[in-house]
Amino acid sequence: MFRITSLSRSHPLGAKQSHARSSCFGAPVAPHLRVMSRDPAIEVERLVKIYKQAPAVDDISFSIPRGSITGLLGGNGAGKTTTIAMIMGLLLPTSGTVKVLGAQMPHQRYRVLQRMNFESPYVEMPMRLTIRQNLRVFGMLYGVTGLDQRIEELGRALDLTQLLDRPTGKLSAGQKTRVSLAKSLINSPELLLLDEPTASLDPDTADWVRSHLENYCRERQATMLLASHNMHEVERLCERVIIMKQGRIEDDDTPARLLTRYGRRTLEEVFLDVARGRDEAEAAQ
Amino acid sequence: MIAATESAFAFSPRRVAAMMLRYWYLLRSSWPRLIELIYWPTVQMITWGFIQYYVMQNGGLLARAGGTLIGAVLLWDILFRGQLGFSISFLEEMWARNIGNLMMSPLRPIEFVSALMVMSIVRLAIGVVPVTILAIVFFGFNLYALGFALVAFFINLMLTSWAVGIFVSGLVLRNGLGAENLAWSIMFLFMPLACVYYPVTTLPTWLQPAAWVLPPTYVFEGMRALLIDHVFRADLMLEALAINAVFMAGGLFAFLKLLQAARRHGSLMQTGE
Repeated sequence: MFRITSLSRSHPLGAKQSHARSSCFGAPVAPHLRVMSRDPAIEVERLVKIYKQAPAVDDISFSIPRGSITGLLGGNGAGKTTTIAMIMGLLLPTSGTVKVLGAQMPHQRYRVLQRMNFESPYVEMPMRLTIRQNLRVFGMLYGVTGLDQRIEELGRALDLTQLLDRPTGKLSAGQKTRVSLAKSLINSPELLLLDEPTASLDPDTADWVRSHLENYCRERQATMLLASHNMHEVERLCERVIIMKQGRIEDDDTPARLLTRYGRRTLEEVFLDVARGRDEAEAAQ
Repeated sequence: MIAATESAFAFSPRRVAAMMLRYWYLLRSSWPRLIELIYWPTVQMITWGFIQYYVMQNGGLLARAGGTLIGAVLLWDILFRGQLGFSISFLEEMWARNIGNLMMSPLRPIEFVSALMVMSIVRLAIGVVPVTILAIVFFGFNLYALGFALVAFFINLMLTSWAVGIFVSGLVLRNGLGAENLAWSIMFLFMPLACVYYPVTTLPTWLQPAAWVLPPTYVFEGMRALLIDHVFRADLMLEALAINAVFMAGGLFAFLKLLQAARRHGSLMQTGE
């Protein structure tokens, strides 16, 4: 069992939540779900999405190994959300293919939907239901066994225990984000797709959430694809960064190598170079 | 932690139960939602009950056909409320911006539709059962005295209401909440042609074939045959059932096609207007 001692200290409520020092994300992964495969978690091949003749995603290909954390960086309209929506099977590509955990999306999505989950600012949890009710409904949809125990675990891990019986609509933005995160972890997914997971959070809570995500992936060897504007977040969490611009992949490397190649100190500077069309040599000068 | 992965064709009662639980939590949490279910059917029944009372006092054909107006109102409410119950449960997901969560979960479209059907019966029971009791108390009209015929009427009306509800839900999925008004008004398109308050022969001859395309027409004709002539027309009910099977298949086909179009156009991620 992984312990989150450092998280409890780093969060202002951590000191009061001594129980959060115990198991963070529940039981170990069921063996039948943790079949190690050489297949990547996500395989995107020549993916194109065109809305009314305007390409939102323009011929991109990449592959994400299992157990890795990858950041999808890009400005507004770069195609991050569209790419994630096609990976989830919520959006049909104009052309190209997406394979998730070995299943062709969206046609074979029911083979893998139980093993993945997501969080996005484009969807919300029903406001009139309490957190516990919402988590129960989604737990049943995902076929989670030992659901009551799982809800308690997530309540402790995400500091929601005191709020479990409060209607979701009466929570602060930060609390709602943690509820969405609890929903995205309810089925202990092998693959987690996150679209701006900390967008509405204050820096402290955002940092706390990042630590949870990092620990979750490390503890369960889960794969995470994270779309974000937040360079600090990407720099901290991701071992690889894919930078998108106008629907295309402009660069794809580890954060350290990107910094070296562009001669920059932060990913934000690299991002600005890419966004403003400066190539590596130009940026390094 | 989770059950083994299932195929695309799996039907899970547990997932249907999860959706029903979600709607039950919602109903339980909101008394205005419960009041809304009962309020309008009650107003309708009382208004038409007094009209019937007035007509009976003044003699004429309808005076001999005791209860046809109230009966028509109550059966129309089953049709209308059945569709509305289906569509509103669906719209709740759109209003809550929860449709993306559901479509990304292992919930199959057919399970979603099944849960909406069951909830339409639950909502109907909450709204219409008290009104039928009021009809007995105020106007001496006992809908349950129709016996087996009522079961036949009910099944046919519910099947039509689901078929229409499924189709409208598909339209809303594809076009967003801009199409929401259809959920409230589409059933009124049926009203003149389904001959709720008058016999099919009232319509111009050229329009009558169009009326016979609609399953509710058979139900309302059957109700009048029962109340006026005291004859249960099983033939009408069987014909209605056959047409309803076509309506249901058409509704489901359209829903799946519209869902596919919603996936193509990105509507599932943008559930606003």
